[in-house]
Amino acid sequence: MSPILSVTDLSVTFDVRPPGAWPWTPPLKLQAVGGLSFDIEPGETLGLVGESGSGKSTVARAIIGTVPHSGGRIVFDGKEIGAMSESARRRHRKDVQMVFQDPLAALNPRMTVGDIVAEPLVTHHPEVERAEVKRRVGEIMERVGLLPNLVNRYPHEFSGGQCQRIGIARALVMRPKLLICDEPVSALDVSVQAQVVNLLKEIQADMGLSMIFIAHDLSVVKHISTRIVVMYLGRIMEAGPAQEITRRPRHPYTQALISSVPIPDPVLEKARPRPILEGELPSPLNPPSGCVFRTRCPKAQPDCAEPGRDRMDREGGVLVNCTYHEVRDALAV
Amino acid sequence: MKLAQRDAVLLEETMGLAEIRGRSLWADARGRFIRNKAAVAGLVVLVLVALFAFFGQVLAQYEPQHVDFSLMGANAWRGVPSLETGHYFGVDSDGRDLFARTVQGTRISLLVGIVGALVAVVVGTLYGAVAGYVGGRTDQVMMRTVDILMSIPFMFVLILMLVIFGRSIFMLFLGIGLISWLDMSRIARGQTLSIKNKEFVEAAVATGVRPFTIILRHVVPNLAGIVIVYSTLLVPQMIIFESFISYLGLGVQEPMTSLGALINQGASQMNNGTLWMMGFPLFFFLITLFAFFFVGDGLRDALDPKDR
Repeated sequence: MSPILSVTDLSVTFDVRPPGAWPWTPPLKLQAVGGLSFDIEPGETLGLVGESGSGKSTVARAIIGTVPHSGGRIVFDGKEIGAMSESARRRHRKDVQMVFQDPLAALNPRMTVGDIVAEPLVTHHPEVERAEVKRRVGEIMERVGLLPNLVNRYPHEFSGGQCQRIGIARALVMRPKLLICDEPVSALDVSVQAQVVNLLKEIQADMGLSMIFIAHDLSVVKHISTRIVVMYLGRIMEAGPAQEITRRPRHPYTQALISSVPIPDPVLEKARPRPILEGELPSPLNPPSGCVFRTRCPKAQPDCAEPGRDRMDREGGVLVNCTYHEVRDALAV
Repeated sequence: MKLAQRDAVLLEETMGLAEIRGRSLWADARGRFIRNKAAVAGLVVLVLVALFAFFGQVLAQYEPQHVDFSLMGANAWRGVPSLETGHYFGVDSDGRDLFARTVQGTRISLLVGIVGALVAVVVGTLYGAVAGYVGGRTDQVMMRTVDILMSIPFMFVLILMLVIFGRSIFMLFLGIGLISWLDMSRIARGQTLSIKNKEFVEAAVATGVRPFTIILRHVVPNLAGIVIVYSTLLVPQMIIFESFISYLGLGVQEPMTSLGALINQGASQMNNGTLWMMGFPLFFFLITLFAFFFVGDGLRDALDPKDR
């Protein structure tokens, strides 16, 4: 089967103007994403994990086409996104939909829920009759667990979890081929998180869509993903099957991420070793030489700073971007 | 068992009821506005003034242009406001019925204010929203244009225009329309910059909605609150502006009149013991302005309760 989405050596660069500079000084280049490659098969869920500022959302925006990529290729369904015209890109967005992080902010406060959910439909198929639009909106709202008679309500009358369901309904009304969820549950309560994740899982199985699930919390991602990509400063640290990554993390960064997930058992939680990461994410304007993670890596060696140290090792089905990695069994996630 | 069945039937009926109507943000704001007594009083006054301006001539006994020659030279004691003569507000210095004149003047003043505010709302909001939404170089060019237009002393230009092209109500509308949208476009642009970064706009972009549709569907409705508030405060500003022009004698032309022109005429007769000539137009001028200010304040409190 050919992948539905194929990202090869993707890099996204932003121009940053230093404050107080002259208008004609060349802007600084901020590389938000560099050398990123992954494929998504139809019906598969890819988890994208990393801390804030690691470029996860930028990847999502590059795939959807709202942020131009400066290098590499994004091929969706056989078409290269960078080469699309403006109108072709608008049509492309019919097949790729997105669920956002802040459920309430993602809904226009002046529009009724029915109008919000219908918007993609009305945009791409203006010829569909109103009764038909209404029927399909009702159908999809029922599918995400909302009563269809709520269509005339406004977003502020709903709870966070309900708002996220509305966001999911809007994303699904076009029956897209790829759904990108940009931290869809990080703004929700833990109990609601589980509901939304289960809903997404169900819908995915139902409609057979592919999904990119972005989160900074590995424990959420491992529930829903078939494969996981761990990102740091815009680069892949580790990528492989979800089971393999969460059970036997190889990269020191993945190990640190996993150890930061609390275990709901105080005895185990106290006993386990914790490679705690110190310091902040380095500035992407001035990334470290060699391996970008070396400034915070507990296992860093002097030669990690040498250029060319950020190369991939393939081990089993797992890509590891570290020469000194070792397999370590994670206690639990 | 029977009860449970009845419950089930009831439940089904409720589910089948028509769709639940939501309370929009507008409905919420309306509720807050109605609870604000000063604002509602202002609105009532405004409605009364508008009724007076547009239907007052029905009550008038004289045409506004009709000069009562029998009162010539005797205005001060025979042209006083009285119900018997039919000159409810007395006569002006030329022996014309002041009631009819005030009705006419209030109408012109209201029109000037509303036209100015309307131009500001339509042109200013769209201009500012487009500049803010598109951003980049377009934004720079559009907003610098506004800056340049703002730096021109418009009162001076308008007076020159009125002198060169002749005094006409059209020129006045044109002049007021030209300046009123500048401030509005700046306000709209500033708000658009913050709305543009909200996730629902990004969601619309990601859905593939066209940029101009996004401006109309997602940006402008969210600008509406501040635009409405600002435009209700703009109407009195325009009325004052027009009155000032008319007070200088450059505004509307005779036989048309406006509140400013009437106050001007009344003021010139102050020493002759005919204070009503200034008093009545001034009264309508003041209550209109106050009513607009109260309504504007009420709308501001109603539309963004957070910023109170």
